[in-house]
Amino acid sequence: MAKFVTLKLLRLIGVVFAVSALTFVMVAMLPADIAYDIAGQDATPAQIEAIRAELGLDQNVLVRYGHWLMSLAQGDMGRSFRSDEPVLDAIWSRLPVTIELLVLSQVFALLLAIPAGVYCAYRAGSRFDRVLGSTGFGMISVPTFVLAIVLIYLFALRLEWLPATGYEPFSEGVWANLRTFVLPSLSIALVEWVPLMRTLRSDMIATLKEDFISMAKAKGLPAWRILTRHALRPSSFTLITILGLQIGGLIGGALIIETIFALPGIGRLLINAIYARDYMIVQGCILFIAVGYVVINFVVDMLYVALDPRIRTAGAGG
Amino acid sequence: MLTVSNLRTHFHTGRGIVRAVDGVSFNLARGRTLGIVGESGSGKTVLVRSLLGLLPSTAKFGGETEIGFEGRPLDIRSETALNQVRGRAIAMVFQDPMTSLNPVMTVGAQITESLRYHLGLTGGEARERAVALIDSVGIPMARQRIDQHPHQLSGGLRQRVAIAIALACEPKLLIADEPTTALDVTIQAEILDLLARQQAERDMAMILITHDLGVVAGRADDIAVMYAGRIVERAPTARLFANMRMPYTQALMNAIPRLEAPPNTPLRTIGGRPPDLVNPPPGCRFAPRCPRAESRCTDHEPPLEGGESGHRFACWYPVGEPGAA
Amino acid sequence: MSRSIHGFERRARVAEAVASSGARGARRRKLNVMLWLPIAWIAFVFGCALSADWWPMPEPDYMDFLSQGAPPGTTGEVPIGAFESSEGLEHYVFWLGTDMMGRDIVSRLMFGARVSLTLGLLAPLIGLVIGGGLGMAAGYWRGMLEATAVGVTDTILAFPGIVLLLAIVFYLGGSLLNLTLALGFLTVPAFYRVARANTLTYAEREFVTAAKAMGASDVSILAREILPNVIMPMLVYALLIVALLIVVEGVLSFLGLSVPTAPSWGGMIAEGREYLDEHPRLCFVPAFVMFLTVLSFNLLGDRLRGLTDVRESNI
Repeated sequence: MAKFVTLKLLRLIGVVFAVSALTFVMVAMLPADIAYDIAGQDATPAQIEAIRAELGLDQNVLVRYGHWLMSLAQGDMGRSFRSDEPVLDAIWSRLPVTIELLVLSQVFALLLAIPAGVYCAYRAGSRFDRVLGSTGFGMISVPTFVLAIVLIYLFALRLEWLPATGYEPFSEGVWANLRTFVLPSLSIALVEWVPLMRTLRSDMIATLKEDFISMAKAKGLPAWRILTRHALRPSSFTLITILGLQIGGLIGGALIIETIFALPGIGRLLINAIYARDYMIVQGCILFIAVGYVVINFVVDMLYVALDPRIRTAGAGG
Repeated sequence: MLTVSNLRTHFHTGRGIVRAVDGVSFNLARGRTLGIVGESGSGKTVLVRSLLGLLPSTAKFGGETEIGFEGRPLDIRSETALNQVRGRAIAMVFQDPMTSLNPVMTVGAQITESLRYHLGLTGGEARERAVALIDSVGIPMARQRIDQHPHQLSGGLRQRVAIAIALACEPKLLIADEPTTALDVTIQAEILDLLARQQAERDMAMILITHDLGVVAGRADDIAVMYAGRIVERAPTARLFANMRMPYTQALMNAIPRLEAPPNTPLRTIGGRPPDLVNPPPGCRFAPRCPRAESRCTDHEPPLEGGESGHRFACWYPVGEPGAA
Repeated sequence: MSRSIHGFERRARVAEAVASSGARGARRRKLNVMLWLPIAWIAFVFGCALSADWWPMPEPDYMDFLSQGAPPGTTGEVPIGAFESSEGLEHYVFWLGTDMMGRDIVSRLMFGARVSLTLGLLAPLIGLVIGGGLGMAAGYWRGMLEATAVGVTDTILAFPGIVLLLAIVFYLGGSLLNLTLALGFLTVPAFYRVARANTLTYAEREFVTAAKAMGASDVSILAREILPNVIMPMLVYALLIVALLIVVEGVLSFLGLSVPTAPSWGGMIAEGREYLDEHPRLCFVPAFVMFLTVLSFNLLGDRLRGLTDVRESNI
């Protein structure tokens, strides 16, 4: 078990390194040079050189990457070229928005997927199951940004229940804050619940054929109790994998939703930094997203252990 | 206490209607043990699963099927009616304890759940009761075992846990479906003795299913032999062993390996295969494999009747009487 | 959007995890309609994209200032065909109306199909060739090669794909070539997984052992024994990727980062969004066309996968 975890961790650290190096080289190869931007149109070559030297851009890529890694080891991710804000602070301040979006969207998705998946498995082949299956298939074909616009049209413009865009921090009150997250989260959830539901349904159908389900029925327990207490947990392993992949992807991938709804999250920070050629921020965001992705994957693997006692003791043995 | 009348359980499959249980009737009195014996595929498991509604939705019951339990009719087509008795008045022990216990729930949770649900006990009371139950089925260190998961227990211990679960709500009828088939030979007798002891202590009725006549020999009051979805011979245990009338019963008996037999004695297996339950053979269903079969056997089906002292059998030319020829 | 990119991976895992379940019989009965309707729609979109030049309609960026935001069915006077070669203004019916700049929606939809389809079909080809080849090699030879390939694909997956796309578009320009290459690169891991998984199942089969026993070289076994078996599931899988890439292209043009000179569905949705309240059709008409196209590719891929995927039918 310990060996398994160590190997896994080493591989993940390798991946993070590879991503950061890739980004660094990629950014360094870009033809456009921020020094010209900062210096302005009338700058002399000497001024530009001075700016380049100040930002460290006159050095070799490898040297710069080395410097960056060294300071990273000391917890310093550098400063924004534009605002001089420390990269870490910039990411930190945007993080709550992204996390809230991420958590809410997955909560909505699970709230839809679990009851639907359980019921469809329980009544597999029924009209309800077939209708829901087709609906799901249709919904997964709706691009997230299109769904966002449809939701804005319905709930913000026609019904005027919720704001179309904008962000209210927690300090403005919980409800004010939540209102701004409902539509963005739903835009993601209404697409992402489908693979969750399908996975749960097919795993659950397999579980319901197990002997221990007959046993639970023989105990005289009502159907809902058998489904939730006996069948749900053994059926949720693949569900967790899919959930992990979705969350991992969302850390940087909620970008389009953050843009449409004007939520100041990591995705928006990244896209603005790219527009502004603020490489330090770009570099920091990508590292952060890669680490997030990798950590989530690791957590998912560990979750299996928590969910399945068979793995737990097998691991304790070796 | 339990009356089964004309039970027919049919499966509607793509191949046709599988008549897994085809007109079975019997009675079982309080405190008695009925052994049901037959080859695999003879319908014995479907029979008891029918009583508890544990069959897939493709199963349909015949129109005349009537079940009575404790003097009242039991509607085995209704989940609600079944849930009145399942786990409370009728409990079941399954064949394979490796698959019949939930792998992700602790032993304790699986025992206490019916206590809490059916008897309304609180967590603490239920736990105490569960410890007592685990102790009573002969599992040492009950207090530690209760928090373990099934995979941490041996097959024999798991089956004991399954029995504890079944006994939790003091059932009036315990159904044990081949409870020892999946276990090591050395443990089989222990589990069977445990069942017999519990049955006597609690004055339960029991249905013990097995393919092995030897298992029910000293443990059942009555024995019913099933073949191709029907009961073909039924008698009090002692009578049956003293005087087997149905050739199939005798063949089952002969198929048991004997310790006293000299080494390398070939096992006397039953030739042929059980009939196709979609198109059962006409007449007596055992006729194609029966050494005593005559033309009458394939033309007319023998009724389950006859014999003195409650001994009934479905055979035109029973063992011990001269054949037609 | 990089969520969509990770969707490749997700689909691969879902495909592996979700053995197809449910009523097979009912599925077969519905199969024909659900197979032919998507094919018909895709063929229609294809036809539109190919023939867009020859229809009697204005160019997609011709602005009729007299018909700005005109509702469907409005008539106007526009030059038909390329502006230079047209013979003055002609009577024309805007069947789906015009956008706020007076451009014909039908014309923009038809020309917009070109970008979506070119990108959607060419990019997976790159992934198919590179990822497929890598996956087959990894699944056949295993060992270090496989370990390295896993490392590389893991890195691509952990890398937010949007950044690569944005960087390329923003710094190198959103030419069709650049976008196709970048998107193609991002599809490599998904194809790699499918190819490897399928190769693994075939590499152990009797006919491969037999070919080895007869002295066939590794390369010839890969090309003659394994490729024919692996290629079908990969092509079917490619259909799902096409659906995804059409969405990704939509996201890019929605952000204003796709091919800047050409009309595109995503771009139309983005422009229409500003008039969502007064003229929702500006958004919803191209959105609906995009949805139908994505749905068609998804349906087609899903149905065909049920027919060809060995792992699903074996499990």
